[in-house]
Amino acid sequence: MTVNIKRIPKKKFLMPGNAACPGCPETMGMRYLKMALGDNFVMVIPAGCSSVIQGIAPRSGIYAPILNIVFAAGASAAAGMKAGFESIGRKDVEVVVWAGDGGTGDIGFQALSGAAERDDDILYICVDNEAYMNTGIQRSSLTPYGAWTTTTWTGKREHKKNIPLIMIAHGVKYVATASVGYPTDFIAKVKKASQIRGFKYIHLLAPCPVGWRFDPALTGEIGQLAVKTGLFPLYEYENGKFQLSPLARRYKDPSKRVPVIEYLKLQGRYKHLINKPEEIKKIEEYIESIWYMIDVLEKAFNPKEEARKLLGSL
Amino acid sequence: MVVKTLTGNYAVAYAVKLARVNVVSAYPITPQTTIVEKLSEMIEKGELNARMIRVESEHSALAAVYGAASAGARAFTATSSHGLLYMHEVVWWAAGSRIPLVMAVVTRAIGPPWNIHVDHQDILDQRDSGWIIAVAQENQEVLDLTLQAFKISEDPRVYLPMMVGLDGFILSHTTAPVDIPDQELVDSWLPPRRQPYIIAPESEVVMGNIAPDEDHFMMRYSMAASMEAAKKVIEEVDREYGEIFGRSYGGLVECYKCEDAEYFVVIMGSWAGDAKKAVDTLREQNVPVGVVRIRFVRPWPREKLLEILSGAKGVLVFDRAVSMGSTGILFSEVAQTLYPLNISLKGLVAGLAGVDVGPSRIEAEILKFIKQTEEGAIYTPTEWILPEKYAGRYPSSPKEVIAK
Repeated sequence: MTVNIKRIPKKKFLMPGNAACPGCPETMGMRYLKMALGDNFVMVIPAGCSSVIQGIAPRSGIYAPILNIVFAAGASAAAGMKAGFESIGRKDVEVVVWAGDGGTGDIGFQALSGAAERDDDILYICVDNEAYMNTGIQRSSLTPYGAWTTTTWTGKREHKKNIPLIMIAHGVKYVATASVGYPTDFIAKVKKASQIRGFKYIHLLAPCPVGWRFDPALTGEIGQLAVKTGLFPLYEYENGKFQLSPLARRYKDPSKRVPVIEYLKLQGRYKHLINKPEEIKKIEEYIESIWYMIDVLEKAFNPKEEARKLLGSL
Repeated sequence: MVVKTLTGNYAVAYAVKLARVNVVSAYPITPQTTIVEKLSEMIEKGELNARMIRVESEHSALAAVYGAASAGARAFTATSSHGLLYMHEVVWWAAGSRIPLVMAVVTRAIGPPWNIHVDHQDILDQRDSGWIIAVAQENQEVLDLTLQAFKISEDPRVYLPMMVGLDGFILSHTTAPVDIPDQELVDSWLPPRRQPYIIAPESEVVMGNIAPDEDHFMMRYSMAASMEAAKKVIEEVDREYGEIFGRSYGGLVECYKCEDAEYFVVIMGSWAGDAKKAVDTLREQNVPVGVVRIRFVRPWPREKLLEILSGAKGVLVFDRAVSMGSTGILFSEVAQTLYPLNISLKGLVAGLAGVDVGPSRIEAEILKFIKQTEEGAIYTPTEWILPEKYAGRYPSSPKEVIAK
């Protein structure tokens, strides 16, 4: 799906008075969300940065109807809302969960998995800033290897939990990864997801200047570097078919990738490992493992002969 | 009107059907499960036009019906014991949002050790949350209260969710004849869904973002005011239900043989039936005793109790739940209500984990209490009726255990 920037709605989605930090990727993402969906949607927001970004009641800095909900209940409250709308004859209202990585991969994971398995007709967007930023940068299961947080002072020892892959394993209708560094790609994915009935999941990488320790002017650039280094491949899984997003395809070739050090050195959270080649090597190996998995996914979720052969041999 | 032999759980399901609920969501837990089994059957057979969300946990069950209700649907869930405790966070969130909802709670002990039998520890653990909380004595009342819960919860003077308690197994799995009201009559009595706001694209409502402390404070104040208003609404609904369907229960509390009573048993739930039986026997011996059955724990029927009990010689409170480190939960409520009055007062903790306390034991406790009071008013906040197996081996007051 191509997105014509000229045709994107100009209506303001983020208002003065919202409480986001400078360079916040979540407000960038929200703008794109509104551009993609227009007016006929409601948001369900479990605890996280976006609970605060709305600003102080009775006003709101986000131009959308929002149901704020407890941390673990993003997907379940949204599933209920959708059923509620359907039961009173309002089948057209889109219900969107806007949850952080903790609300998605940690405390909210059970409800997410439940809604995915039931194929509830909601769009779940995980805004992944790779830690509990709202409470002061504590590690989550989606914090990457080596990253400093206030609960991993010498760097996290475990790799990032791969939630999009787990969602694919649920066999849902649609899974995509996106980055705030590539707005039109994200908008196109949201638009496509909104046309599918059933459970849709989009994983939006959201580089956080405060938690990742970088210049707030660089949010978009770091969002692009995550893709260009191969750390965060952009792809779509749709009805059993997997494909890399066009702008990420070239990074399948390792020689086309930007060296990961270019990404790491811009971020204070990696400061302690910049001069440790063995640590950099671990991250490079991780990138290799990610692309190995992409290769497997491309083969496994391919309607062509190759997939049948592969699955037959398992 | 049709009379059917129903378990308490099926009585709940029939009430939910009569209320034309739009969305049901629940997770299995004994002894609640047959409520949602029955509702699933009704929905799949097309007898009830509703959506069923078969969630992966109770936390999600309440969040789902809360989401549905926020979108403008009439929604229902049911749970028990650990399921209710697991929901606890959403219990508070739903009440604070002022979203009308109805939940059946099949009361059951909390572990460890695992136990599926009745006590009131689970439902009374929710008492500070802002839900209207009622507990039934028998299956007919289960149906009537569940139906009334929709009307009470959706009344603009209330706009608070409501839970209806029914005792695990004793009501939930025991059959009794139940009058099922006519659908047409229910339709003319229960108005279409009302709620303070709807989260929808055109409503531009944002619910739950950070508010100034003073506003948060005032939202609590407003809930407290609605709880007070709910007392009137509950009495009204009980009265009009009686006029239309032929059954009234006395509103917030039921009084049994209270008129000329000097002594009162305060009790809640199915074992109130045992207390009534004990009172019947004692009345034959001219003992002036009555039963005050708490039907609504929240709002707490302070005024009504003062009206009934202010002339009493003695009040004996039976508790099926205890606040550890303090007293039985109903006892502390009764004691704070009667505080300025010089009335002999005793609290008994009994029947935890489904341990049986029959009418004869209640009878004996009443006589013992009267005898104690006649020697001079007493104030005994907590005594335990120990299971027969252990009686005599341990003191009836846990306080004395330390002394030994």
